Amino acid sequence: MITQFRQTVRANLAKPEVRANFYRAMDGLMTRRLDQFPDKAELERLRTQSMAIRANALSKLPELLETLEANLIRNGIQVHWAETAEQGNQIVQAILERHNAKSIIKGKSMVSEEMGMNHFLETLGIECLESDLGEFIIQLDGETPSHIIMPAIHKNRIQIAKLFHEKFPDIPYTEDVDELTQMARRILRDKFYATTVGLSGVNFMVAETGTLCLVENEGNGRMSTTAPSVHIAVTGIEKVVESLSDVPPLLSILTRSATGQPITTYFNMISGPRKAGEKDGPEEVHLVLLDNGRSNIYSDPELLATLRCIRCGACINHCPVYVRIGGHSYGTVYPGPIGSILEPQKAGLDVHGELAQASTLCGACSEVCPVRIPIPSILNRLRYDGVRKDTSNTHTVGSGKRRTLSEAATWKTWAWAATHPTIYHAGSTLATRFKGMLPTNLGAWTTVRSAPKLAESTLHQQVKNLGVDHE
Amino acid sequence: MPPIPDTIYFFGTCLVDLMYPQAGVSAMQLLQRAGVKVIFPPAQTCCGQPAWNSGYRDEARSVARAQIALFPKPIPIVIPSGSCAGMMKVHYPELFAGQPDEAQAVDVASRVYELTEFLVDVLHIELRDLGEPLTVAVHTSCSARREMGVADKIESLLGQLSNVQRVEHARKPECCGFGGTFAVKEPEISAAMVLDKVTHIRNAQPDRLISQDCGCLLNISGTMAKQGDAIPHQHIAEFLWERITPHPNLPPQGGKGQEAHPAQASSSPPSPLAGEGLGMGGKFGGQSS
Repeated sequence: MITQFRQTVRANLAKPEVRANFYRAMDGLMTRRLDQFPDKAELERLRTQSMAIRANALSKLPELLETLEANLIRNGIQVHWAETAEQGNQIVQAILERHNAKSIIKGKSMVSEEMGMNHFLETLGIECLESDLGEFIIQLDGETPSHIIMPAIHKNRIQIAKLFHEKFPDIPYTEDVDELTQMARRILRDKFYATTVGLSGVNFMVAETGTLCLVENEGNGRMSTTAPSVHIAVTGIEKVVESLSDVPPLLSILTRSATGQPITTYFNMISGPRKAGEKDGPEEVHLVLLDNGRSNIYSDPELLATLRCIRCGACINHCPVYVRIGGHSYGTVYPGPIGSILEPQKAGLDVHGELAQASTLCGACSEVCPVRIPIPSILNRLRYDGVRKDTSNTHTVGSGKRRTLSEAATWKTWAWAATHPTIYHAGSTLATRFKGMLPTNLGAWTTVRSAPKLAESTLHQQVKNLGVDHE
Repeated sequence: MPPIPDTIYFFGTCLVDLMYPQAGVSAMQLLQRAGVKVIFPPAQTCCGQPAWNSGYRDEARSVARAQIALFPKPIPIVIPSGSCAGMMKVHYPELFAGQPDEAQAVDVASRVYELTEFLVDVLHIELRDLGEPLTVAVHTSCSARREMGVADKIESLLGQLSNVQRVEHARKPECCGFGGTFAVKEPEISAAMVLDKVTHIRNAQPDRLISQDCGCLLNISGTMAKQGDAIPHQHIAEFLWERITPHPNLPPQGGKGQEAHPAQASSSPPSPLAGEGLGMGGKFGGQSS
């Protein structure tokens, strides 16, 4: 039986245009990142520093969240806690209803994707308008993001040109990137002024000052957080850092790891609603802090490292699996290596546990992770949790649910043979002697490969003539 | 700089045992040539990695425990595979954390060397190329590259061979898509990866493909073979042995056990590390692929 994931992968592998789009984009991003770190020693120092900042914040998470909340409130920001995505959506809904808002304009926010906010609000008749160019494009096409920082990266310029022409037939067809961008800009600009409520994500929350930091390139983040009279920020509880001085190193490694930029065009530090006498800014600022499984991840000392993530996407850009299958194959909000460790933990190993398997553990992700998340180790741990018999020592959702009798029996037999050398080596010798009788069709292995050829005789047999000692 | 040991353990790996015994033989010959006595515990089977990477830790541990018992002396354990070396060096301490024999596992881990790492960093091996001019492409396994951090060793060994020219292929550091059970559990992704890898290697037009890991070789060469036109491939140990041994396919000259070793026969100063000849160089010097 072929899993849903494998079926999707098959379908997506068969789309040469999409595959080419990913290849081109990821190659560019890898090169740009590399160019930003000419000094390898400096990079490693910055990675260690960034890891320490995030690890420190997580080690004090409950305390920092309390400090953060107190300082946000002091700054006039209203704080809301949501244990689940549903609660988060209801909080947003309540704010919208209080302002009688029938639409919301959104800056880019992966947490809002995680909450399924657009779908939720649209069923209530509220229009959600994505103002990030990539998000705007995929919203036009009814798609979900295929990458956490470049949501429309699976599309090329021509595909986008055709999409714009289809959706806005009154505007002349163009394949010029600048013209396409200006087109989206004009459409969005009016909406910013006509919409009461703007929404954004958050990159870092500073506990000591009660500041929300937002990194972006297009200015839509600044527009969403300043032009409408109400600003709602949504983010995960793990995004907190202790002090303002933690921000510069993280910001520097974030932008360089993500898009290979020394700094983004915009960096917003939001420290409250419009004060008396100020000419602009929202009258209300809300922060929705989403848990959605994060506390459970937090409770495991090993899996906790998952929450260090600053969402730069470098692991995705460097993943040889992602670049081939594309972001949509994962069937999750967060794709790629970070998604493969985060999503199974959030949704449960029974739901997304296969993602932990969809990796060669090559380590390209952890090699570039700016906060040194040991992604292959966590994938290995999730594989273990998925098939472990005794689940009493783990909190991972769906632990043990991937264990099958046949696979467990196979490994048990293998272990028995490999701990009985006499039998094991008799078996290997027999196999080499009668190798002509071995099957040449080995199912999955032989779809693109010839069956492996056994040697004429094993190393154990040959070593006898080699003049080596045996103990 | 670690002292040069006079005796080492050799862990051949299950894949070399069954598929690439010549790699194991050549590796031991290289070690012996450098004057190192090799101990090959015959009860060795597998490092346990397949089960470890599949989440079956109890089974992996029982197999690993059986291997650990085979290496009691405080001497290096040399492994002709970045993948298996990585398992023993990096993951044994994790696998045995909190177990009664944790200290023993940590001790074994601390003595593990991947073969090329050992040849370069510990033995400072000197090679004299006796072969015909040849181009090679190098595929370094991800475990050798990232887990063990020894990608430069195979390059430095090949760099010593005067008649061997390395040709670079696109996306060289990228995984070949083997990943152990990954190749069977996610065959579509694995196939996409290895087909790309094969294309990149073919485009570089090497005479041979060389790697320090037989798992990658099995994957890449199997794909090439299915396409019908396989580039000859070899484990680095086998290739090095072939290059430094005169007429590898002929019986040793001067009678069994009397062959002048290349390093000693050459007019260049002999390696200070070159030890006794093996007397078996001819017999095992051939190319098996």
